[in-house]
Amino acid sequence: MINMSSFLEVATATHQGMVRSHNEDSIAADAEAGLAVLADGMGGYNAGEVASGIAAELIRVEMKKSLDGKSPRELNAQYAEQLITQHAKQANEAIYHASQSQPQYSGMGTTLVVAFWHDNQMSVGHVGDSRLYRLRGGTLEQITRDHSLLQEQIDSGMITKEQARHSQNKNLVTRAVGIDPEVETEVHTYPVQLGDIYLLCSDGLNDMVIDEDIQLTLASLQANLPLAAQQLVQQACDNGGRDNVSVILIRVAKDFSVRTGMLDRLKTWFR
Amino acid sequence: MAKIILSLEGSVIREIPLDKDRVTIGRKPQNDIQIENLAVSGEHACIVTILADSFLEDLGSTNGTLVNGNQVKKHILQNNDVIEIGKYKMKYVIDATAAASAPAEDFEKTMVMRSPKAAAAAPKPAVAPAPPAAAAPAPKPAAPALVPSPPKPAAAPAPTPPAPPKSTAAPVPTAPAPPKPAAAPAPAAAAPAKPATPSEPQPLAALQMLTGGNAGKEIELTKNLTTLGKPGVQVAVITRRPQGYFITHVEGTTFPVVNGKALDSQARALNDHDVIELAGVKMEFFLKK
Repeated sequence: MINMSSFLEVATATHQGMVRSHNEDSIAADAEAGLAVLADGMGGYNAGEVASGIAAELIRVEMKKSLDGKSPRELNAQYAEQLITQHAKQANEAIYHASQSQPQYSGMGTTLVVAFWHDNQMSVGHVGDSRLYRLRGGTLEQITRDHSLLQEQIDSGMITKEQARHSQNKNLVTRAVGIDPEVETEVHTYPVQLGDIYLLCSDGLNDMVIDEDIQLTLASLQANLPLAAQQLVQQACDNGGRDNVSVILIRVAKDFSVRTGMLDRLKTWFR
Repeated sequence: MAKIILSLEGSVIREIPLDKDRVTIGRKPQNDIQIENLAVSGEHACIVTILADSFLEDLGSTNGTLVNGNQVKKHILQNNDVIEIGKYKMKYVIDATAAASAPAEDFEKTMVMRSPKAAAAAPKPAVAPAPPAAAAPAPKPAAPALVPSPPKPAAAPAPTPPAPPKSTAAPVPTAPAPPKPAAAPAPAAAAPAKPATPSEPQPLAALQMLTGGNAGKEIELTKNLTTLGKPGVQVAVITRRPQGYFITHVEGTTFPVVNGKALDSQARALNDHDVIELAGVKMEFFLKK
């Protein structure tokens, strides 16, 4: 396994917001493994944080286990996508099982967004309405597409993106991890460029802070990633903070293609 | 549940609850809200309700439909919107009692909406039944769970222009109405839509350069975030928040100085006429007006 921590810079922030009494979001970021996981739990009492906690932690640990001992050359996009799907499935089974066997967890579930960087690429898997954005060349782009009622209404032409901001149906997701015996994870792989900044967030951010302000914050504060993360959470809270808000920021600080990576290693050996 | 209050020249005619998926307005007798007036088209407009949202759509009427004075083709109704058709006014009101009875905790909680088949198999507390309406207007026949993943979802999801034909807009229930679980989203209807803007805008502030090449120049702080300095050397950011303006160090080995005192890594509130020194330039912060 390549240690990715010299290629990726990571900053995280999470906050319960201004209305909720507890935080049902869970985040796990591992710069060494090149992995970021964010989950937004749902369910009564503390079941939401149990579900999101299982998803984030299980996927982080299991991904690391699967990557251990793998040579970088074995790690192609297809394999990375397979790993994400497989571990999301595992998390789904664990949450579903807990909710079936313990009444206080009945019906709990979670959204999920997992991103994994390898060989100058990023594979991202998601379920529900937690998102991944990319800032490239000063422009923010939403990479994942929500599995939500609202997104379906937008896709079908029923409402526009602008109208969606005023919708009352923001809280309905069409997919979640842990509510059914099976889960369908959407997984894609994208090429990565030096200087890209990736943002994983729960809907507590993008419901409270418009994309233009997220872009402005990331673009102006990219030199200080922890400050940028903190600033995004603060803006969500300043705008009302109606939900838990969590962000993971990842900056691609160095080229990490396997070819140059291996060459660099050889060079350092012979030096 | 929301309702429509129909009135003419200030006097209320009747109240119409939006208890159907589709409520039609027009001059012909088959309309749910019939208005016998020549300024009203036979089939003038309709209101489609999906869970907590109600959509007003003009059905190609001759004289048009106004909402709060603006002509609309399609509009998501907000509490207290006033629809005007001819001389008639219809106020859209979200029932206040529904708001009072819903525990505040449940507001806006994320819930899973499932296809009717799955929902029937195992109803669960955190799960809302999929309304048949959700699938009906979509051009694709599939239930929500079967959204095809396009090769590049990154591209801005362009709204596909063709509006659903009227016949499909009337949601055809595909399954017997699923029982409403306690956590059904209906109460959320009362939660006010929250615009993502601070409640009270800050008074406009500006920086006046005191030294350096731009001495005398003024920079207005019109954005929520304004960065100052030289990237790679020294950068600070001024943030505009509901509580006021704050300055924070972003990058560089030297920290900005405010009124002769260097900042640490924490944000510092800015007061009228504070003097900031940054990258060798002095500037004054002041509130406009």
